[in-house]
Amino acid sequence: MTTATAFIEQLLAGRDAKPAPDALRALRGEALEQANRLTVPTTREEDWRFTDLTPLYRLAFKPAGPSPAVSLESIAAYVTPEAAHRVVFVDGRYAPALSRSSDEAGVTVTALSAAAAESLAAVVEPRLGRIAAIDGDAFRAINTAHLGDAAVVHVRRNAAASAPVHLLFVTTQAQIATHPRVLIVAETGGEVTVLEDHVALADAAYCVNAVTEIDVAANARVRHIRVQRETQTAFHIATSKARLAKDARYDSVAVNLGARISRLNLHVQHDGEGAQATVDGLALIAGRQLADTHSFIDHAQPHCRTRQLHKTVVGGGAHAVFSGRILVRPGAQLTDSQQQSRNLLLTGKAHVDTKPQLEIFADDVKCAHGATVGQIDPEELFYLRSRGLGEAAARNLLTYAFAAEIVGRIPIPSVAAQLRGHALAQTAGKD
Amino acid sequence: MTTTKTPLLEVRDLAARIGGVEILKGISLTVNPGEVHAIMGPNGSGKSTFSKVLAGHPAYEVVSGEALFLGQDLFAMAPEERARAGLFLSFQYPVEIPGVANAQFLRLAYNTVQGARGKEELDPLEFDDFVREKLALLDIDPGFLDRSVNEGFSGGEKKRNEILQMALLEPWLAFLDETDSGLDIDALRIVANGINSLRTPENAMVLVTHYQRLLNLVVPDYVHVMDRGRLVRTGGKDLALELEERGYDWLGAGATA
Repeated sequence: MTTATAFIEQLLAGRDAKPAPDALRALRGEALEQANRLTVPTTREEDWRFTDLTPLYRLAFKPAGPSPAVSLESIAAYVTPEAAHRVVFVDGRYAPALSRSSDEAGVTVTALSAAAAESLAAVVEPRLGRIAAIDGDAFRAINTAHLGDAAVVHVRRNAAASAPVHLLFVTTQAQIATHPRVLIVAETGGEVTVLEDHVALADAAYCVNAVTEIDVAANARVRHIRVQRETQTAFHIATSKARLAKDARYDSVAVNLGARISRLNLHVQHDGEGAQATVDGLALIAGRQLADTHSFIDHAQPHCRTRQLHKTVVGGGAHAVFSGRILVRPGAQLTDSQQQSRNLLLTGKAHVDTKPQLEIFADDVKCAHGATVGQIDPEELFYLRSRGLGEAAARNLLTYAFAAEIVGRIPIPSVAAQLRGHALAQTAGKD
Repeated sequence: MTTTKTPLLEVRDLAARIGGVEILKGISLTVNPGEVHAIMGPNGSGKSTFSKVLAGHPAYEVVSGEALFLGQDLFAMAPEERARAGLFLSFQYPVEIPGVANAQFLRLAYNTVQGARGKEELDPLEFDDFVREKLALLDIDPGFLDRSVNEGFSGGEKKRNEILQMALLEPWLAFLDETDSGLDIDALRIVANGINSLRTPENAMVLVTHYQRLLNLVVPDYVHVMDRGRLVRTGGKDLALELEERGYDWLGAGATA
């Protein structure tokens, strides 16, 4: 308990004292107050039953020092050629020299600190902190209390970003905590693809505490690819919440590869009739890693549709957690919601806890969910071996294929290819 | 022409079971180079089991008997070793593997087998040229290569993909398990033409089938009838016609008498 309280104090002590616009100041002040009142979660809480954050609470933090010079070359492996816009944050600070934007009518991609005042008033203030409210969560409170900068993607009415937007969060130092913040706004009929990418340049232990808010207006479409490739000793705690208006469409692929412990709170709110979401997830972990995804799909309006496929590939002594809550509120008739949790255990010590939860308060709905936990299918293995593949090679290929199904849903070819390579390397044991 | 050829396959008194149930109860079969055999029989007679046991399916247990493939003890070999040595099984129900492109799978299988045989492996570009020739042989659309292995394939496409693998792996002996089932007459003709074009004086095929119609197109030298785990009768291609007319009952009754 004392460790946990000290943890919050430590993280709050590192706050940047930079001045902020009035509206943000109010938001921050309120968050600070809440953060001081809240306690960090423990495994005694149902929502955190499987994910013990004690190793995080024991980590000693120091304020981020000046970042070592990060050049375009040093992040070359993470530069996505397809992206027209790139916003880079290094150790929590906006790095304009590494970022680039292109002039495109109706599309604004910027750091909050570099945003025009009118954009702040019209786009940011009405949404920031309001889509993903703190709602009793200490990590969101801490993130919001730190709010000094953020990555902002804004697509105006009926505008379509012609190329993906890349938001790259780079950590270079050990023992620091960063609080990335993202706001994605697609106005009516707007369209954008956003890659939110969390990477590290040094093999270090640190904590990333991220919050992403996504507002998809009527008939707009947002594709959101979230890649978490922190170091194996890092901690990654995140909330990603999307709010969908009438006939909006949100397609999300979240890939978790890194971190000693990661937790993603993935929240999709169907807030208008006819909204559609696909929510795909992959955790590919080994060693002592723990990857936890808690999703909450909230059907608040009729005629909405969700397709969710969450996969985990768990090797070594790793532990995957999936909790998938689907709520169909009274009146959300003709909801069509499907959820699949599929888990592949590669060793006897690998572990998965999967918990689908349907809560349905409307009577005319189509909802299905299912969970499988297993090992490689012996029929598939025999098929490949009968074609000459050795047993190990066949296992590796099937493991890779299991992961590659999700990777294949990423609409940015270079990212998909890179993650395929990663999956191939991780699943290619010794033959 | 009756030179002393080494048989490709010699099976003697093979008995095998799955989950404690004996399915094969003493099967003997010799296949020589250049021959086409057909194994016919009613559902549940053990036809599919026979080919799976020879290919090394781990669910089946060999109880007694032996099988020599090119003079080697087949049951001492892992499934992949059998494939590399030149034994091929075309599956009745090919497995779907989402996430792996067909081209990637085919090249991996091809190169693995080539490597094991001390032959040249092909890089992706070379393989692409090579596989396209084989696609033409089976009248397969090249788009086939980019799709996931068997995922969403029609029954006919899956069977063609099996024969394509056979064309690539160039086995000495191929067991084709119900390759004709689920095919319409056009698809059957294409598959049969493919099979015929792969025949050489050195290799051999065993067609495991329920129906006679494939045997009009790929004409067997020998027809065997399997019933309740035994080969109860062997004849020429006319036996298949007789079975088509009279069914299996007259044989089954005779066999147990």
